[in-house]
Amino acid sequence: MSIISCNNVVKKFNQFTALDSVSIEVPKATVFGLLGPNGAGKTTLIRIINQITVPDSGTVFFNGKQIQQSDIAYIGYLPEERGLYKKMKVGEQALYLARLKGLSHADANRELKQWFIKFGIQAWWNKKVEELSKGMAQKVQFIITVLHKPSLLILDEPFSGFDPINVQIIRNEILNMKANGTTIILSTHNMESVEELCDNIALINKSKLIISGGLEQIRRDHGRNEVELLYRSDSQVNVVSNSLYTLVSDEDHKGARRAVLEVTKGSKSSEVLGELITKVDIVSYKELIPRMNDIFIKLVS
Amino acid sequence: MKTDKLFLIISREFLIRVKKKSFIFLTILTPIFFAALVVLPSLIMTLSSGEEGQKILVVDKSAVCAAFFKNSKEFNYEFNANANIDALKKDFANSGYYAMVEVSPLDSNLNVAVTALSTKQLNIDTKKEIENSVQKAVEKNKLQKYNIENLDTILKDIKTNVNIKTFTIGEEGDEKVGMVEIYMAIAYISSFMIYMFIFMFGSMVMRGVIEEKTNRIVEVIISSVKPFELMLGKILGVGSVALLQFIIWVGLTVGIIFGVSSFIGVDKLAGNDQVTSSVMGGAGAGDMASVTASLSENNSPMNDIMSALSGVDFVSIILAFLAYFILGYLLYASMFAAVGSAVDNEADTQQLIFPVTLPLIIGLFIMIHTFQYPDSTLSFWGSMIPFTSPMVMMARAPFGVPAWEMALSIGLLFGTFLFMTYVSAKIYRVGILMYGKKATFKDLIKWLKY
Repeated sequence: MSIISCNNVVKKFNQFTALDSVSIEVPKATVFGLLGPNGAGKTTLIRIINQITVPDSGTVFFNGKQIQQSDIAYIGYLPEERGLYKKMKVGEQALYLARLKGLSHADANRELKQWFIKFGIQAWWNKKVEELSKGMAQKVQFIITVLHKPSLLILDEPFSGFDPINVQIIRNEILNMKANGTTIILSTHNMESVEELCDNIALINKSKLIISGGLEQIRRDHGRNEVELLYRSDSQVNVVSNSLYTLVSDEDHKGARRAVLEVTKGSKSSEVLGELITKVDIVSYKELIPRMNDIFIKLVS
Repeated sequence: MKTDKLFLIISREFLIRVKKKSFIFLTILTPIFFAALVVLPSLIMTLSSGEEGQKILVVDKSAVCAAFFKNSKEFNYEFNANANIDALKKDFANSGYYAMVEVSPLDSNLNVAVTALSTKQLNIDTKKEIENSVQKAVEKNKLQKYNIENLDTILKDIKTNVNIKTFTIGEEGDEKVGMVEIYMAIAYISSFMIYMFIFMFGSMVMRGVIEEKTNRIVEVIISSVKPFELMLGKILGVGSVALLQFIIWVGLTVGIIFGVSSFIGVDKLAGNDQVTSSVMGGAGAGDMASVTASLSENNSPMNDIMSALSGVDFVSIILAFLAYFILGYLLYASMFAAVGSAVDNEADTQQLIFPVTLPLIIGLFIMIHTFQYPDSTLSFWGSMIPFTSPMVMMARAPFGVPAWEMALSIGLLFGTFLFMTYVSAKIYRVGILMYGKKATFKDLIKWLKY
C-alpha cells in the first residue's frame, strides 16, 4: 500500500517545464530516496506533495485518496531552504510552529520537552536562535519537523550542516521512525546516506523520471555481474578464465591478490566458488554491486 | 482557511512587535513630544513672564503721549520730559529702570520718532505695547487738529470689531456654526496621520516579509499554512499594532494636554491672546500656526472653538477616519507585502517599491492642495481614486462631503483593496520561494500566471 502516489504530474512555469508527467509510488513505512541533479524538479515535486504548489495536471494520492489541505497535518516537511526566526526564543518558536501544524499548546509543550531531553538540549529553550550555531539550529529544526508525529516525513538534504556524530544521530532517528511505521521521503545528494537508508529510489533528471524502484534491484541491474575475489598465492598465475567466468583483472593488493571476474550468465556463485576453492586460498569473495554514486553519474550525464 | 491558525499568526506578529523596546519608547515618547509642542510655549510664557512692577522711564518730548501709557502688572511707567538722556545712558544699569523710551517732539506732519533703550533686548510684547500706546496718542493728536466736535463720542461710536461667524447649512436647512480653521486642523491631522501610518506600517509589513525570506523560515511555515494566510496574518497583526499605537497616541496626547492645562489653567493656554498669538506667530510654522494664531485673535476663542467643535459631526468623521485608516492600510500593506516577497534583502526594494510609494506621495500633494480647496475638481478625483482617497478624502471630510461621494469613495477603495490583495497574494506566493535572481516587473507579471 502506497502512502503517496503521484500520477502523471505535470508542472510548467510559463515556457519552462519543471515536471514532465512524473509518476511515483511511495510504499508505507519505507525510506524513499528522491534523487536528481540540481534543478531537475525534485523540489517542485516535494512542494506539490506539500500542496505549496498546485500541479498543472496529474493527481497526487495520499493514503489512496486525493490529497487535500487537511492532510498536511500528517506530513512533516524539512525544506532545503530552511531557517528560523533569529530573534525569537527557541522554545517559544518551536511551540509556535508546532501549533501551526495543529498541535494544542499542551501537547506541543509536552512533546517538545521530551525531545529536548532526548537530545540533551534543555538549556537552549530560552536562548534566541541567533545565539545557536548552525548545527544546533538544524537540530531544533529537525525536532520541529517531526514533533507532530507525521505519518509522512519529507526531508530535503537533512544532513547538511551536521557533523558526523549528529549525522549518525539523525540517521538513527530516521530508521527509528521507519520502524515505527513512518514513511520517509529523502532527497539528498549524499549517496552514502541513500545506500544506507533507502529502500526505494526515484531518479529525476531534466524534469523527467528516469528510473524508480527498489534500491538493491536498481544497483544490481546496473552491475555487470562482476565479483571481487581476494586470495593468497605464491605462484604468479592462479586464476584463468573458463566457462564459468572471465578474468577482468588480477593484481597485487595489500599483501594479497585481487581479481575481478565477470561471471558468465547462468552460472551460480556456488559453482564459481567450488571451482575457485580448489585452486587458490580465498580471503574473500563478494559480488561487485555498483555504488549509487556511479549509477547516478552514469544516468544523469 | 483555519481561523485558529490565522489568529496564531496574527498574535505572533502583534506580540513580537509590541514587546519590542523601540515600540514602547516610540509609543510613549511621541505623544509626550506632541503634547510638549502644544503646551510648552504657553508654559514657558507663563513661567517666565518676568518680574512685576518694573519701571520704564518715558521721556515724552512730544507732550501728547503720556496719557496713553497705562501701567500694568509688569510695568510702571514714569514720565519725565526733561530727563537727561545722555547722563542716564552712562549709568543706566544702576538707574533702576528696566527700559527708557524716548519720544521725539512732533515734527511738521505731527509724527514722532520713538527710541527704546534697555540693557536687555526688549521682548516683543513690550515693544508692541509701546508702539500701540504711541500710535494711539499720535493718531488722536492728529484727529484733534480737525477740530471736530464731540470727537470722543464719535470715536467711541464708530469703534467696531468685525468677526465673521461662519455657518454651514445642512441638508435640512439647519445651521451649524462653522469655523474653517477648526476644519482645517481636523483635516490636516487626520489625513496626515493616515499618510504616516500607511507608510510606517506598510514598510513594517514589507520588512517582516523580507525577514522571513532571509531567515529561510517561510517554506517551513507554508508547509503548515497557506501563503495567503501567512500574508494576511502578518498584515492584520501589524495593522493591530498600528491601531494600538494610534489609540495610545491619541489617548496620551489628549490626556497630557488636558492634564497640564488643568494644572496651569486653561486661560493661560488658550485665553491669553497675546501670548499665544505672538508665540505661534513667532514660530511661523506654516498652516497650523496661522490657524491657531487666527483663532486666538477672537475675543473669546475658547467659546468659539467649543461651539464650532460642537458643530463638527464627530461621529461621521471618526467613522470615516477609521474606514480610510483601515482600508487604506490594508490596500497598501498587501502591495508592500508583494514587494517584500520579491526581493532577498531590503536594499533591493528600491526599484519595485516605487510604484507603491508614488501614489502615496501624489496623494500627499493632492491632500495639501485639498486643505485650501476642498471642493476643487482635483480634490474630488483625488478623493475618489482609491490609491489617494484615504488621504484626500480625510482632508475633505471635515468640511462636509455629500454622503454619496463618501459611499462611492469607500466602495471603490474596498473593491480595489480586495483586487489588490488578490493580485498581491499571487505575487507573494511565488515570490517568497524565489531566491537569488533579482526580480523585475516582468517577473512579477509572469508570476501572476504561475
